[in-house]
Amino acid sequence: MWRYVLRRLAEMVPTTFGVLMLSFILFYVVGGSPAQTVLGQHASQRAIAAFDAANGYDLPLFFGNWYAIDALRRAPGGGTELAFSLGPGRYELPGATRLTLREAATGTLRTESGRAEVEVPEGWSLIRAEGATRVLRHTRHFFDSQFVRYLNGLVHLDLGMSLETKQPVTRVLAQGLLPTLSLSVPILFFGAVLGVVLGLLCAASQGGLLDRGVLAFSTLLMSVNYVVWILLGQFLLGFKWPVFPIWGYESAYYLVLPVLIGVVSMLGADVRFYRAAILDEVYRPYVRTAVSKGVGRGRVLFVHVLRNSLIPIVTYVSLSIPYLFTGSLLLESFFGIPGLGSVSINAINSADMSVVRAVVIFGALIYQVVNLLTDIAYGWLDPRVRFAQ
Amino acid sequence: MSGAEAKTAATEAAAQRGPSAWKRLWGDWGTRLCIVAIALYTLTALYGEAVYRYHKGSLWEGAPACLTWAPERVAPYNALHMEARYLPPLSKVTWPAHTLADGTPVPAREHRYWLGSDNLGRDVLQRLVQGARIAFHVGVMTSLIAIPLGVLLGCLGGYFGGKVDSFVVWLCATVSAMPGLLFILAIALIAGKGLFGIYLGIGLTTWVSVCRNIRAEVIKHRDRAYVQAARVLGYSHGRILFRHILPNVMHIVLISFSIRFPASVATEVFISFLGIGVQGEPSWGIMINNARARLWQGIWWELTFVSVAIFLLVLIFNRLADALRDVFDPALRNR
Repeated sequence: MWRYVLRRLAEMVPTTFGVLMLSFILFYVVGGSPAQTVLGQHASQRAIAAFDAANGYDLPLFFGNWYAIDALRRAPGGGTELAFSLGPGRYELPGATRLTLREAATGTLRTESGRAEVEVPEGWSLIRAEGATRVLRHTRHFFDSQFVRYLNGLVHLDLGMSLETKQPVTRVLAQGLLPTLSLSVPILFFGAVLGVVLGLLCAASQGGLLDRGVLAFSTLLMSVNYVVWILLGQFLLGFKWPVFPIWGYESAYYLVLPVLIGVVSMLGADVRFYRAAILDEVYRPYVRTAVSKGVGRGRVLFVHVLRNSLIPIVTYVSLSIPYLFTGSLLLESFFGIPGLGSVSINAINSADMSVVRAVVIFGALIYQVVNLLTDIAYGWLDPRVRFAQ
Repeated sequence: MSGAEAKTAATEAAAQRGPSAWKRLWGDWGTRLCIVAIALYTLTALYGEAVYRYHKGSLWEGAPACLTWAPERVAPYNALHMEARYLPPLSKVTWPAHTLADGTPVPAREHRYWLGSDNLGRDVLQRLVQGARIAFHVGVMTSLIAIPLGVLLGCLGGYFGGKVDSFVVWLCATVSAMPGLLFILAIALIAGKGLFGIYLGIGLTTWVSVCRNIRAEVIKHRDRAYVQAARVLGYSHGRILFRHILPNVMHIVLISFSIRFPASVATEVFISFLGIGVQGEPSWGIMINNARARLWQGIWWELTFVSVAIFLLVLIFNRLADALRDVFDPALRNR
């Protein structure tokens, strides 16, 4: 057993690495710096550079000794000049013919001619660079990169600040977790129970009126758009016949309608899947044996068949467990439930990328963990899985 | 063997195989209805595209002068008529004569709102047609991204096995670990608001299932006699894979298309509903978002018609997907 667990853990490493890499590529390489979004369209070049430097968005992506900073602007007389003075550090300015440094305290000027590389000491700043075409800054060490900082942040659970709420992202996520779970766990539970029961009924009367009716009805159910389900549910059960409240998170009663909508919107696809999974078992020899030795129909179905079709069913259910944590985007924001779903929607609407990023990474990592646990459970339940190579 | 004999042999072989897939599909009245309905939807979308292009004033952006014409000022689906707001279906009104800002007079005109008007007096029917156009754009474009990607990776992984396969499986596992809708939204957000972001978001996340299905099917074919024969004949891997195996797994592509088309339309509705998708054009998601505010005051028609349009499109594709699976993949018949 322990060998199996260790093997599964080792197998988890590449996928987790892939997930971290994919998120990094999406949010850091393609997404780039959010400076413009955060500081506004009219932010000065200096403010953007300062923002990037403070957050490390100008560092090399993976590794490197030099990184370019956007510190040049077009000079009035042609050519380029420094847009702002550069603080202490080591710089390389290709093409520079004359560099001017100034000490902040005394105002002493120092010029260096014919040198493209300069070490600005503490208390000094580089104020002019004639003829420079690029500004490169030396990293503190070879691996002082965005990727390493990103991994470091993840390890320390430091996912940055939320721009909207001005709180650490981790706290925002932690606050949203309980409301989300209180909505998504009942949806998963009732959905699975109802789906499996309907699937069993269908499979029991395969080809019959009930089966065909439920099947056709599930196809109808799964064709209704999710958005429409929510609007319809709120309109009918919250407004026309005001049975349920439609906004708030005060008592369990507030959760009834969203849970109902969540279950119904998933039911069509679920029933079809469960029915198929059960039908895969119905024609197995052991079922024939059980029937021919006179076991009752209900017992065959609910004890023999259900037990054996549990594996695909559990897989199907476990695949949706990660979504328990990321929550239902629309359901939560429509019913005013302050969970991760509405947090994500707000973040998306206000382009608060640090929160979106955190929820995506968090969801992907949860998925890894759940996958691992499911596989361990399989190995524990079924020795064949454990010893299969 | 003479030509006639070959022909008889071919007919006999065909008789043994039973009726062709197309005949079996067309023979079932439910499926036939679906195919006809999809054709109607396609025609509607094409009509919408024609209207859209006509009002854009050119066949495509930057078309040569011979394919460019003077566009009308306001497309009918965006024309505002504040005097005709919230009209129920079938209402008939006369748009009053007025003068445009540049002095062009516009005569009074009668107009029938077959499906009613919205909060700005725009014609719901016209907007619905444009919505169909956008839905088809999304369905087709995302398929053009996802299916080639999935087929290529699935074929390579399934055929070559070993390290290539490990890489493909790893890529699939990685992408499918990302939280679906949120991942799509993040991609769309980063690519920028608009249809392009939606294409990329949906296309780059949904190729995984295509890839997995194709890979599984290619693995089944990899060691069959005809592939071995092709190998013995010294054909290159590319030729065996794409000329011999791929045609035999093409039905997976067809089934995948019919499954992912409605799924991507539904996702687009969702994204546009959130305001991240299409800008300035009437997507179905935008129409729902626009209509929901007034539903409570009894303005039911816009929301109803949009919902029904989406529902029918998704339903007929789901039904078609089931039929295709029954015909091509009897082993999966129960699913």
